[in-house]
Amino acid sequence: MDAPKTGEFAHIGKSVVIKGEVSGSEDLYVDGSVEGKIELRNHSLTVGPNGNIKADVTAKAVVVQGKLDGSVNASDRVELRKAAVVNGDVTTQRIAIEEGAFLKGKVDIQKETGKAAGLASS
Amino acid sequence: MASVSDNVMKFFRSSSNQTAGHADPQKITRRSSGMAEISRLLNSQESLCVLDLGSTSANNIRLFTGKGHKNYSEDLLRSSLDPALRIKDVDGNSVVDSKKFLDENVVYANAKFDVVLCWNLPDYMEESLVKPTIDRLWSVMKPGGLLLAFFHTRDAGPDSTCYRYHVTDTDLLEMQEAKFAPPGRPASEKQSPRLQRVFNNRHIENLFRDFASIKFFLARDAIREVLVVR
Repeated sequence: MDAPKTGEFAHIGKSVVIKGEVSGSEDLYVDGSVEGKIELRNHSLTVGPNGNIKADVTAKAVVVQGKLDGSVNASDRVELRKAAVVNGDVTTQRIAIEEGAFLKGKVDIQKETGKAAGLASS
Repeated sequence: MASVSDNVMKFFRSSSNQTAGHADPQKITRRSSGMAEISRLLNSQESLCVLDLGSTSANNIRLFTGKGHKNYSEDLLRSSLDPALRIKDVDGNSVVDSKKFLDENVVYANAKFDVVLCWNLPDYMEESLVKPTIDRLWSVMKPGGLLLAFFHTRDAGPDSTCYRYHVTDTDLLEMQEAKFAPPGRPASEKQSPRLQRVFNNRHIENLFRDFASIKFFLARDAIREVLVVR
C-alpha cells in the first residue's frame, strides 16, 4: 500500500516524533514515531513503512507496514503487511497477515454478532 | 575476526539470496502423525491455550481461534537472530546472549499452554539456546500439555530447506520455505535459515528429560517427529 494522498488522512511524516496521546476523529497515517497512546475509535490507523509506534492502539482498522510495539484493539480489522513487525497482543474481528510479517503476541478474534469472523490467508 | 553480521548471516543459506524478493514460496504438504494427535486434542476440547513458535501464519491463527482456542504467536527462530543478542565470550568469540534472549522471549506471566508447536526450531536455532528454550517451555506449559517438534534424522546438510508450517484441520501440514531477514535488517536481505546440527535420539531424550513422556514418529522424509507430554 502506498502512502495515502494528503487530505484523505491526517498524516504524520517520517521526521515527526510524538510523545503522548494521539486521538482523533479522522483516519491517520503515521510514517514517523509515536510513543504513548493512539485512540481513533471509528477510524483507521495506517503505520507506514518508516513508522515506529510504541503505543497501545485503539481504532476501527489498523494496517501495519512498519513497526508497532503495543497492544492493538481494532473493532473491525487488522492487516499486517509483509514488512510489519508487531510486538503486542491483537484483538480484532478479522486479521490478514502477509508472508514475512512478524507478530509476537496473543491474537484474540472477537466474533461479529451474526457474522463469522474471517482471516485472510498468508 | 568475524563481524556480528557475519555471525548472524552464517545462520542463512547463501544460495537463497538469489530468490529474495520473489513471489511467496510454493506450499507443499506432508502428513504428520504428531499433528494428528494435536488435532484430536484441539477438536475434542475447548478454550485451549496454543503457543505457535513458527513463522507467523494467518492460517494457524484462523484455525486455532476458530475452534475457540487462545492463540499466541512467537517466531523464536527469527527473534534468536537479532544482532542485538550477540556478545563476546571470554575468548573474544561472538556468541548469543542466552540470558538476554530468555529475558525477552517466551515470557508469559499470565498464560500456561496446553499445546506448544515448536516445529523445526531446535534444528535451526543456535545450539546454546536450544536447551534453555526447551526448559523455559516446560515452565510455561500445563502438566499434561503437548509439545510437537520435528528433527532431521540424518545430516541433510546445511542447505536442507527450513520450512514454515501451516496447520489444516487434519494430519496434513502445509509447508512453505521459510525466508526472512534478521531483525533490524531490510527485507531485501531475506534468506533461508541453515540447518545447524542433527540431534540423535539420545540428545532429544536429554533435551526433554524433565517432561513426563516422549513419543517418536519416524516419517519417510527423514524427519523424526517428537510429541512430548509435559
